[in-house]
Amino acid sequence: MAYSFPEEVLEHVFSFLSSARDRNTVSLVCKSWYEIERWCRHRIFVGNCYAVSPEIVIRRFPELRAVEMKGKPHFADFNLVPEGWGAYAYPWIAAMAEAYPFLEEIKLKRMVVTDETLELISKSYKNFKVLVLTSCEGFTTDGLASIAANCRHLRELDLRESEVEDLSGNWLSDFPDSCTSLVSLNMSCLGSEVSFSALERLVARSPDLRTLRLNRAVPLEKLANLVRHAPQLVELGTGAYSAEIRSDTFSSLADAFSACKQLKALSGFWDVVPSYLPAVYSVCSGITSLNLSYAAIPSSDLVKLISQCQNLQRLWVLDYIEDSGLEALAASCKDLQELRVFPSDPFGAEPNVSLTEQGLVSVSEGCPKLESVLYFCRQMSNAALIAIAKNRPNFIRFRLCIIEPQAADYLTLEPLDTGFGAIVENCKELRRLSMSGLLTDRVFKYIGTHAKKLEMLSIAFAGESDFGLHHVLSGCDSLRKLEIRDCPFGDKALLANAEKLETMRSLWMSSCSVSFGACKLLAQKMPRLNVEVIDERGPPDSRPESCSVERVYVYRTVASRQRLDMPDFVWTLEEDSSMRYALYVLEALVLFQRWFACLLQFRWKLGTLPLKQEENWLELLKMSTIFTLAELSFTNKDAIFNVIFIRLWE
Amino acid sequence: MLSHLNLEATELRLGLPGSIDDVPSNNKRPSPEDHQTPPAPKAQIVGWPPVKSYRKSTAAAKNEEAESGMYVKVSMDGAPYLRKIDIRLYNGYSHLLTALEDMFKLSIGEYSEREGYKGSEYAPAYEDKDGDLMLVGDVPWEMFMSSCKRLRIMRGADARGLASAQ
Repeated sequence: MAYSFPEEVLEHVFSFLSSARDRNTVSLVCKSWYEIERWCRHRIFVGNCYAVSPEIVIRRFPELRAVEMKGKPHFADFNLVPEGWGAYAYPWIAAMAEAYPFLEEIKLKRMVVTDETLELISKSYKNFKVLVLTSCEGFTTDGLASIAANCRHLRELDLRESEVEDLSGNWLSDFPDSCTSLVSLNMSCLGSEVSFSALERLVARSPDLRTLRLNRAVPLEKLANLVRHAPQLVELGTGAYSAEIRSDTFSSLADAFSACKQLKALSGFWDVVPSYLPAVYSVCSGITSLNLSYAAIPSSDLVKLISQCQNLQRLWVLDYIEDSGLEALAASCKDLQELRVFPSDPFGAEPNVSLTEQGLVSVSEGCPKLESVLYFCRQMSNAALIAIAKNRPNFIRFRLCIIEPQAADYLTLEPLDTGFGAIVENCKELRRLSMSGLLTDRVFKYIGTHAKKLEMLSIAFAGESDFGLHHVLSGCDSLRKLEIRDCPFGDKALLANAEKLETMRSLWMSSCSVSFGACKLLAQKMPRLNVEVIDERGPPDSRPESCSVERVYVYRTVASRQRLDMPDFVWTLEEDSSMRYALYVLEALVLFQRWFACLLQFRWKLGTLPLKQEENWLELLKMSTIFTLAELSFTNKDAIFNVIFIRLWE
Repeated sequence: MLSHLNLEATELRLGLPGSIDDVPSNNKRPSPEDHQTPPAPKAQIVGWPPVKSYRKSTAAAKNEEAESGMYVKVSMDGAPYLRKIDIRLYNGYSHLLTALEDMFKLSIGEYSEREGYKGSEYAPAYEDKDGDLMLVGDVPWEMFMSSCKRLRIMRGADARGLASAQ
């Protein structure tokens, strides 16, 4: 192109694009832009580690410095994905160790990370700076010791919510004395004690430390010492917040906190002794994020603390806060953007606290900036949901969990369809929705009609028929992730919307009514989807094809559909060409019918055909095709014919 | 043989008519179109409510804290390494002392308030919440359980000194 800029100029322009989506768009403009862009992309995000392979990534992007990746589907958090399913980090790390010696950042979520993986990371990348492992598992404190010992420029070590096997607390001592670069350390998920003196020395020699999240085993008596070494902290997670009540411990703690002028986030608070909470009052006016989700203390104590935090934007709390506490929250924290209320006794049959739908209504009334909610409660009504929706049309995340499955509106005993319908109708920017309670197909009709910006939807124990799923798949234009459990959704909706699945990252369905036959068909039809049947009862073809599978996980992929690390309870579909030809024939039939219909309409519009005769012709053709297929469909019970039948009927 | 006579219907029972469940009449495989029936009230469903596992243990821990295991280190003068025992497992001092005797292959004498542990070279002592070294056996068992942080089996002159100081 004669008019194009030199590459360096384009590269410079592209360097201002930080969003991955923008960069992806840019690389679609033309071949030369694709080439330039791929050489200067330094950061990638892979939403599903099986959507692509390490080889493909390395081939396309030779200069990466930061990789962020997710593995298991979200429902793995609730034990719905069997152990050993996959999402191993090692193959990625091994491949990247050769290709990217200057890699600086690795962020993994829901992946299996072994000690070997951690050791490989620590030895392969000379300039390694950031390791974030969210909800990962498979490693021990020995792996952490390798990271501590070998990563000389480590800035962030964040183990959020990962499952780590504690072999010894001494891994912290493996940070060399020369390591002074630490900016963020989050070890809150570790079970056992760490060597306190090593921790103290590490904190003392890290002048850039901004985030420090301790684990439960760090006693309150020692907290003041640590905080005193790091008054520049922005985020602090305490350890156990309990000690014998002594005035010297208290005043030491209060003094230490008062020196922290930049503290914005507080978390931890295990085993809280309320008398020690006032020690943090001096920093409360600056606090924007407060995680009290482990603080099992009464509402009055929670409120005393929260009402000190006038600038609070994010609050995570247990349902001990009760409706009264949430009312107080609504009155004092007008900047609140995110609220999460967790259940203190999720498996108890009876409510142990006075937290109802009213709490959420109060907060939605009182907090004009509230946009993200996760709320566990035991009763809900359509009236409350409608009120919430009217109060807060600015929701972007709304996740409601009514603890009893299929709980109806407790006032009217009706399903909660209208309530959730109001949410999706009023909240036009809604990106994430999780529903619970008694729900029929109607709520899915509302969702399909209104939730045009919805990207992630979680459904459990809801719906009545395939129409429910069909409404969602055909109506939600922005849908990327759909996860469903224990709903009577089956083959028809899935197959009728097969193409939609390629526009999404993934679909998870467990304990639904999807048959093995339909899974095979879907895989045949859509070669770029991987249809994983996850079933622990043995090979699916040892049961009738119409038998429902335990779980199916469908995701788009450009990598091989037969991943090498599949365990023996996962089946992906092999090629079957005879099935494929049958499909082609039927697709051709449908296309012919449609073409013919169009042709006739066209000629009618031109006025070259007398209306009645051709219309009758058309009708005749359509009806005969439909009846043939209907007959085949009902006698054969084969999903193929159901699909064609539905499509013709539209 | 006589099942077709449905003799059950003629049995005398206490209860309203029709209150006895019918025998399931078929072995039909549940069809995929069956509407989901709500689960039994007390049955725990896998992954429901959707609470991550580390949160579950926190919620439970609050209730269990009063009864959680209380492991304390046990050291013996001259022994190369320490042991750890759960003092919650024992229902009294004699039970505990017998176990310690087994574990370290020694014998601890009889306890008396005045003379401590008479008749042996060893005296069991413990470190309490304030860090003081106390003789085992002085306080009631419950109080001991909540204040004991560490056990130490002392021998020789030290032990006798401790005993006589009580």
